[in-house]
Amino acid sequence: MDLFIQLLINGIIVGTLYGVVAMCFVLIYKSTQVVNFAQGEFLLIGAWICWTILVQFQIPFVFGFLITLAFMAALGMFIQMVVLRPMIGEPIISVIMVTIGLSIFTRALSNWLFGQSTVGFPDVFGVNAISIGGLQVQPAYLMSFVISLVIMAGFFYFFKYSRHGLAMRATAFNQQVAQSLGISVKQVFAMAWAISAMVSALAGVVVGMVNGVSSALSFIGIKVFPAVILGGLDSIIGAVVGGLIVGVLENMAEYVDGQFLHWGNMLTIAPFWVLIIILVVKPYGLFGTKDIERV
Amino acid sequence: MATASLRPCGDFRTTYRQDTAIFDTRNSRWAMILFLALIYVMVLVPILAPAVEDAPVLGTLFAPFVNAQYLSLAIQVCYWGIAALGLNILVGFTGQISLGHAAFFGIGAFASAYLNNTYGIPVIVTIPLAGLVAAAVGLLFGSPAARIKGLYLAIATLAAQFIIEDLFIRMDWFTGGSYGSLANSVELFGFAFDTDQKFFLFALTLTILLYIMAANLMRSRDGRAFVAVRDHYLSAEVMGINLTKYRILSFGISSFYAGIGGALYGHYLGFVSAEGFTILLSIQFLGIIIIGGLGSVMGAMLGTIFMVLLPVVMDGSVGLLASTEWGNTPMITNGLAFFKEMAIGAAIILFLIFEPDGLAHRWRLIKAYWKLYPFSY
Repeated sequence: MDLFIQLLINGIIVGTLYGVVAMCFVLIYKSTQVVNFAQGEFLLIGAWICWTILVQFQIPFVFGFLITLAFMAALGMFIQMVVLRPMIGEPIISVIMVTIGLSIFTRALSNWLFGQSTVGFPDVFGVNAISIGGLQVQPAYLMSFVISLVIMAGFFYFFKYSRHGLAMRATAFNQQVAQSLGISVKQVFAMAWAISAMVSALAGVVVGMVNGVSSALSFIGIKVFPAVILGGLDSIIGAVVGGLIVGVLENMAEYVDGQFLHWGNMLTIAPFWVLIIILVVKPYGLFGTKDIERV
Repeated sequence: MATASLRPCGDFRTTYRQDTAIFDTRNSRWAMILFLALIYVMVLVPILAPAVEDAPVLGTLFAPFVNAQYLSLAIQVCYWGIAALGLNILVGFTGQISLGHAAFFGIGAFASAYLNNTYGIPVIVTIPLAGLVAAAVGLLFGSPAARIKGLYLAIATLAAQFIIEDLFIRMDWFTGGSYGSLANSVELFGFAFDTDQKFFLFALTLTILLYIMAANLMRSRDGRAFVAVRDHYLSAEVMGINLTKYRILSFGISSFYAGIGGALYGHYLGFVSAEGFTILLSIQFLGIIIIGGLGSVMGAMLGTIFMVLLPVVMDGSVGLLASTEWGNTPMITNGLAFFKEMAIGAAIILFLIFEPDGLAHRWRLIKAYWKLYPFSY
């Protein structure tokens, strides 16, 4: 039973992280209509950059982290301008393939520059495991949970009240109308990529602190697909809920597998089975808007 | 996807027969036949008369056709080319995106080895059977295509890729689990295609056959239905094309090609292991058809040649770089594997930005340029 609760808590914590990355994914999809297969690489690059700044250059965590965020924002905008802008109006296969190409390129580049082995993050907090209700919880886990919640609240505030957030929502709703109301769509696109890259990098740093930095980080970008499909591709709330469900689900699959089935590898594969089932049964997810096509 | 051929003005097609011809002109057909016949002759002669390799002038002429590295690259072009053509039928002609092509490629490889090892069916029969097995699995995993399309389908096939990859390890009675399984070489009427030269002839024949089949499929009723589904599926449906049938059928045909390519790959290497069929290979197949040109039968072949030669070129250029003063660092000499991967990603991005119609389009432009040379207007 202890194991069950432990895995449940793991699931919720990992799930919130998935939720954050899924939000970044949905942010790009909603505002620019681009499916970003390179989302996981943003985590990877962010974590490696932060690690390099902290370990190689010995810069304090706060500054190092800010530099990472600034770098990622610039990178996100750069990718949007150089790679994605020529793709506007191209068929969906081209858009998908260009982000896949980007993902292969950046992953190979970072594997080349930083190596493939897992490297631990320097200990930023210096606190050992905290006991909550008799269960040992790593502070990094707790911190990742808190950070995820803060990010989600930040997203909520940003889209609900800030001027730029409103501009983004307007663009997502209808690009032409938004443009005619004086919103710079180009700026919104660049901003969506910058925010998405920054928040993904933050998630990458958090995961790096918990599990160490390695190329496995980019797999989270793949794990995000079950989450966003479950929640509905164009729903931010759906992304959070989907992320949570996928996180809990994969840990439950692990539990059931370890206790009863002994099939192995269920942690990785169970979300994909769920993904296929959802696509067949309810393609637009829990919160997604259904496309209604009129001729 | 520009399929308009670049004919000089005034040269109209007046019959349906002309309109659906595979080759635009008689000359281009004969050029292709001659080219293929030349390859057959150049490979066959050293097999029949090995003495020719040592002959003074002829030896250098035939040298590329007995070179082990060139032959293995050529065979790779054959089996990848078959699989890529299948993907082009699905993506380029029907407009459905599949990120799981490598999984079907793998199913073909395992199925052929399994049928041959377990039931003793001759390899020459198991290769088409493997295609059918892959097609059956493709129909199964393609069935969501009846309801979903575009992006959702891409994600569904991505899931299929991971699920099938996982099944390869899990179903050890079929695949040999993580150890992989052995595959025998091809034999036909007691004649074994056991050397690279002989196997290349076999693979080339199969490739030509399958390419002709695909080219013919595309000018049949079903082929036109595929294109109609791609271009405007609502109009296609209104005109009486059964969308569900053609979407799933396209998956089946594409997996059939992938299965045959995979079987060829398995019997060439003599050993099939689950590690060979990762998502990266799926992406490489997609890269091939994007580089070659979506919706072009010849584009699949051109793209395959590009993709097969890319690592070789990277090999050469890194070797060249390592021989210079500043390039000879462990960072560069050890980075070859990463450079190859980066080259794949970069090639996909650059082609999409600068040449979205692929090599097939460029080839047409070059032909048109020479046709009108020096009076291009």
